[in-house]
Amino acid sequence: MLTILFDGLAYGMLLFILAVGLCVTLGLMNFINLAHGAFAMAGGYVTALLMNRLGFSFYLCLPAAFVVCALIGVVLERTLYVRLYDKTHLDQVLFSIGLIFVAMASVDYFMGANPQNIVLPASLQGRIDLLGASVGIYRLFVIVTCGLLAVALQYGLIRTRFGSRLRAAVDDGRVARGLGIDVAQIFTITFAIGSGLAGLGGALGTGILSIDPSFPLKYMILFLVVISVGGTSTITGPFFASILLGVADVTGKYFIPSIGGFIIYTIMVVVLILRPQGLFVRGGSR
Amino acid sequence: MSTSELTHDMQKTLLKGARWQWPEILFWLALASLYLLFPSKLSLLSEILILGLLALSIDLVLGFAGVVTLGQGAFFGLGAYTAALMGKWGMGTAPLSDPLIGLVCAALVSGLVGFATSFLVLRGSDLTRLMVTLGVALMIEELANKLKWLTGGSDGLQGVLIAPILGNWDFDIFGKVSFVYCYVVVFVMFVIARQFMKAPFGLSLQAIKGNALRARAIGLPVNERLVMVYTIAAMMAGVAGALLAQTTQFASLDMVAFHRSADGLLILIFGGAGYLYGGLIGAFVFRVMQDVLGNITPQYWQFWLGIVLLLLVLFVRGGLLGLLRNMRDRYAPNLMGPPSSSGSA
Repeated sequence: MLTILFDGLAYGMLLFILAVGLCVTLGLMNFINLAHGAFAMAGGYVTALLMNRLGFSFYLCLPAAFVVCALIGVVLERTLYVRLYDKTHLDQVLFSIGLIFVAMASVDYFMGANPQNIVLPASLQGRIDLLGASVGIYRLFVIVTCGLLAVALQYGLIRTRFGSRLRAAVDDGRVARGLGIDVAQIFTITFAIGSGLAGLGGALGTGILSIDPSFPLKYMILFLVVISVGGTSTITGPFFASILLGVADVTGKYFIPSIGGFIIYTIMVVVLILRPQGLFVRGGSR
Repeated sequence: MSTSELTHDMQKTLLKGARWQWPEILFWLALASLYLLFPSKLSLLSEILILGLLALSIDLVLGFAGVVTLGQGAFFGLGAYTAALMGKWGMGTAPLSDPLIGLVCAALVSGLVGFATSFLVLRGSDLTRLMVTLGVALMIEELANKLKWLTGGSDGLQGVLIAPILGNWDFDIFGKVSFVYCYVVVFVMFVIARQFMKAPFGLSLQAIKGNALRARAIGLPVNERLVMVYTIAAMMAGVAGALLAQTTQFASLDMVAFHRSADGLLILIFGGAGYLYGGLIGAFVFRVMQDVLGNITPQYWQFWLGIVLLLLVLFVRGGLLGLLRNMRDRYAPNLMGPPSSSGSA
């Protein structure tokens, strides 16, 4: 039982790292970037390529995936996304679906349709006993890394000057601009960090999730569930939402496999009916 | 101007807009003539008609009422499974296997589910609606996957037998009867949709799309109208699904899958939302493109589809029909009708 909870926790943490960038950019610019999963896929592929072709160590690949995806994020944001901020949600959705298709087709063309496998370093293999439950070291590593990242993000958002500017911009972009905050620049940086984190999540998750060309579409739905359950105005909301969904999904699939897939969709629809603004948003029910 | 004169004037404008114009008649004649021009491509043409009907149903919800939906594929699939199951249980004999009765039942089932879920799209923003419709569609897809005893699960529903249409015309392997059947059904559904949208009902939907708050302020029952149009659109999608299941004598998870909703939406955006014809024209372009590019490799097709989508959003607002309308407004503003003030979704 504890082992399953633990797996769910690892899955949820990973979901959080993958989705948090999307949540913040959605809250910040009111921009629906369904192609967020493509960044995560890029991170996964960077890892697989570096490890399998160039023999890099797994630990080195994680920051590499972050940097590469952040760079891709900046370039795309400055060239393409910036044109879409004042368009309708529908246009944004269509545009990012178009990006997903292009990304999936390109990856399929260059890398083939098979899922990418990596061999985890020996230090991450095996299991240990923790609180009377047998736990995979890799999962533990994922949980610890994601947990540290979540704490760092929360700290950065609450304590640093950049964080307070970001919060101001999310709360009311117009007033923030009036106070002399360069919202466009903040958005570019946030977008880069968000894309980088997605890449990092993809790299971390290569052992849990399957990295293949259909990844962006498969996980797009999960990200959207995290957002709609967690809300977009904080990062604690998506954090708890991710863990809730991760645990619910893993335990659900384990105990009642016949209805496994239903659980997260049901949670989402129920949450959206009761609280359209998200589960963890103050004053969200209306 | 007195009130009665004003009403009279309004009536005249409405009636003028509702009259069939020559490009429309030409369009349907051209569509029918494809039967003679491409006798070897009839099954492809039937599929185009079916996809066009699916996109038309999305047009009612999105193009007219302005409700963003990613779940229309679910109603398509429900209709397909209903028609296929009836064909299977009826063993190819009337009344259960009768295609027309199948269509009606498919419309009823889809309409019922559409009605039940329509209350979920009444609140929230675009994003919430997107998520709710997507969530409902995913749940229905998962249901079709899990109810193996009923739907055959991932193997698909085999042994679907459809009785001859009106007890007279049996479906042949060349798809001749299928094409005529699809053409007639799609035309009838189109006329119904057109009738609804050119009536005050359709105008009230456009008012709701423009500004729901103001529409409510002038006394429009916003929620009732949205429920109604969502239900009608669900029924149409169900009919489209039933057509596909009957003409292919098969139903599978593919028909209820998420990509149906996405394809339908893309087709509509290709053609242009809010014109009624956008769906059919978009379906034509979409399927022909898919046929040509997909024959090279399936990945190319997806790549180019993505590129076209990017270009559409960045440069061509309102799809192909929007493009036509813009050109008409620019070069021949007085050719027909008043210029558009807004046409794109």
